[in-house]
Amino acid sequence: MENLNKLRFELRQDVLDMIYRAKTGHIGGDFSVMDILVTLYYRQLNVAPDRTQDPDRDRFVLSKGHSVEALYAVLCSKGFFPKSDLLTYSQYMSKYIGHPNNKISGIEMNSGSLGHGLSVSVGMALAGRMDQRSYRVYVVMGDGELAEGSVWEGAMAAGHYKLDNLCAVVDRNRLQISGCTEDVMAHDSQDERWASFGWHVLHAEGNNLDSLNNAFETAKTLKGKPTVIIADTTKGYGVSFIENQAGWHHRVPTEEEYQKATEELKKRGEANE
Amino acid sequence: MNKIPNRQAICELLIERANTDKDIVVLCSDSRGSASMTPYVEAHPDQFVEVGIAEQSLVSVAAGLARCGKKAFAASPACFLSTRSMEQAKVDVAYSNTNVTLIGISGGVSYGALGMTHHSAQDIATMASIPNMRVYIPSDRHQTRCLVDALLQDEKPAYIRVGRNPVEDVYEEGQVPFVMDQATVLSEGEDIAIVACGEMVKPAQEAVAALKEKGISATLLDMYCVKPIDQDAVIRAAERAKAVITIEEHTYIGGLGSMVAQIVSANCPKKVVNLALPDAPVITGVSKQVFDYYGLNAEGIVKTAEKLLAE
Ligand SMILES: [Mg+2]
Repeated sequence: MENLNKLRFELRQDVLDMIYRAKTGHIGGDFSVMDILVTLYYRQLNVAPDRTQDPDRDRFVLSKGHSVEALYAVLCSKGFFPKSDLLTYSQYMSKYIGHPNNKISGIEMNSGSLGHGLSVSVGMALAGRMDQRSYRVYVVMGDGELAEGSVWEGAMAAGHYKLDNLCAVVDRNRLQISGCTEDVMAHDSQDERWASFGWHVLHAEGNNLDSLNNAFETAKTLKGKPTVIIADTTKGYGVSFIENQAGWHHRVPTEEEYQKATEELKKRGEANE
Repeated sequence: MNKIPNRQAICELLIERANTDKDIVVLCSDSRGSASMTPYVEAHPDQFVEVGIAEQSLVSVAAGLARCGKKAFAASPACFLSTRSMEQAKVDVAYSNTNVTLIGISGGVSYGALGMTHHSAQDIATMASIPNMRVYIPSDRHQTRCLVDALLQDEKPAYIRVGRNPVEDVYEEGQVPFVMDQATVLSEGEDIAIVACGEMVKPAQEAVAALKEKGISATLLDMYCVKPIDQDAVIRAAERAKAVITIEEHTYIGGLGSMVAQIVSANCPKKVVNLALPDAPVITGVSKQVFDYYGLNAEGIVKTAEKLLAE
C-alpha cells in the first residue's frame, strides 16, 4: 500500500503538470476521482496495454469524462502510452483532448457529455452475459451528473436485467461547477434512489484505497443485482487549498499555486497515509 | 399493390441472418410492434433487448453492445430516434464509432394525424450533420433488404429511415440494381434531372413516364444513400439536364434537396428546385393527403419540370 499511496500523489502531480502546462483542465474532479481510478487500474481491472481488444478484458467507462486528465495519468502509468504523450495534452493537433476518446489506447468509449456512460455500460454488461464471458463492467459517474435523466434510464435497465456483472461508482464529492450539489440539485438519499431502481448500494471512503478496494471486492460477491458504490470523496483531494472549493472545478493554478501544490503532493506521497 | 412495409422487410431479413450470425442484436424501446419486430423477438429472444420507453438508453445500450462485438440494430420511431436520442447517436454511436444501425421507423409523416410530435421531417438534417453518421432512406422493400444486408457487411454507424405503410415496389424481387453508396439510375434523359429518396421514388418514377408522354426526357436517381450522397451521379445527371428537381419527405431545410443544390451549384451550376415539406407543422392527413397537399407527387414533379423547361 505504501507504493500505491506514493503513486496516487505522483499521478496527481502528473495531472497538475498537464493542466498547468496546457492552462486548461478539471483539476478538482481529477483529484477527487484519482483514488477510484488507482484502485480500479492497480487492484481490480483485468486490462493490459498488450491486449486492449481481448474480448475477456474488463470494461471501464469514465462517464464523468471531464476527469480525463486523471485517466490519462493512470493509463500512462500502466504503460498504455508513453509519458511524452502527456506533454501534448490539449495541444494543437494532439489526440489527447479534454475528454476521453477511444482512439487512445486503453479508452473504450468517447465521453464528455454527461449521462451516457451508465447506459453504455449496461450494453457492455448485456453483451458479456450473452456471450457468457466473465468480465466485469465498471463505470464512474460524477454526483452532479446524476441530474441527467438518462442516468436513470440506464439505472432502470441495469436493475431490470439484474446485471450483477456491472458496478457503478459515484464520485460523491458534493460539489459541482456552480457550488454544492445539494444547493444546485439535491442528490441526498442516494441509497434509496439506487435501491429503488434495483441496485445493491455500497459506501466507500472515496479517497481511501483500502476502503474502495473492499467495496469492489464486496461488489463481486453480490449476485442478482448491479452494485453502485457511493464513494464519498473530497473534491481536489491532495492539495489543501484546492480541496472542497467549487471554484477549483476547472481553475488553472498560478505559478505560485503550482509550486505550493507540488510541495504538498510530494509531502502527502511521502507520508504513510 | 405490395402489402409489406419496408420495416417488415428489415425484420424478415434480420430473422434470417440472425439464424447464423449470433452477434446480431436487435433493440427496441417498447417499439417492437411498430417496428414489425415481434416475429424477430419470437424467433431470437436471446438476441433481443427491450429497454422500455427510453430512446436515449436504447441508443447508448446499443453502442455498449456494439463495443463488445455485437452488431446492434436499434429500432424506434424516427421522430424520437432522430431528436430525443440525437446526442447518443452523436457521441456513443458516431463519435465512438460503434457498429450500430439506427432504424427510424414510421419516418417522415407516416404517423399522419398524430401530429408534429410524431413526424420526423427533420431527420436527414439532424442525423446527416453528425460526422461519421450515414443516412439511408430506401425506396421499397427489395432495396431495403439489399441495404440491410450491405450494412451487415460493414462495421460503421448508420441511420436508416423507413415508413410505416407498405409502398409500391420500385424494383423486382431478386433484380435490384443495388450498389452500396451509389445512386440507382432509374432512367436517363436530357431535359430534366430528378433526384428522389424513400417514398418519393415511386411518384418520381410515375412522373418520368408522364413526362415521356409529353416528349420530355428525364434522368431519375434513387438516392437511397442520402449520406454519403453519390456526388458523381448527381453531377452526371445535372450536367446533361437543363434543370434539376429534388423530391423528399423532409423539410426543405438541410435535406436531400439542400445537399443536391450544394453539389450542383459548386460543380455544374443549374437551377435546382426542391420539392419538400414546409418549415411548419404539416396539415392533418394520411401520408398521401399530405404529399398531395404539398405537391409531393408525380403531378407536382411534372408541373415543376414543365415550368422549368418553359423558362
Ligand atoms: Mg461533483
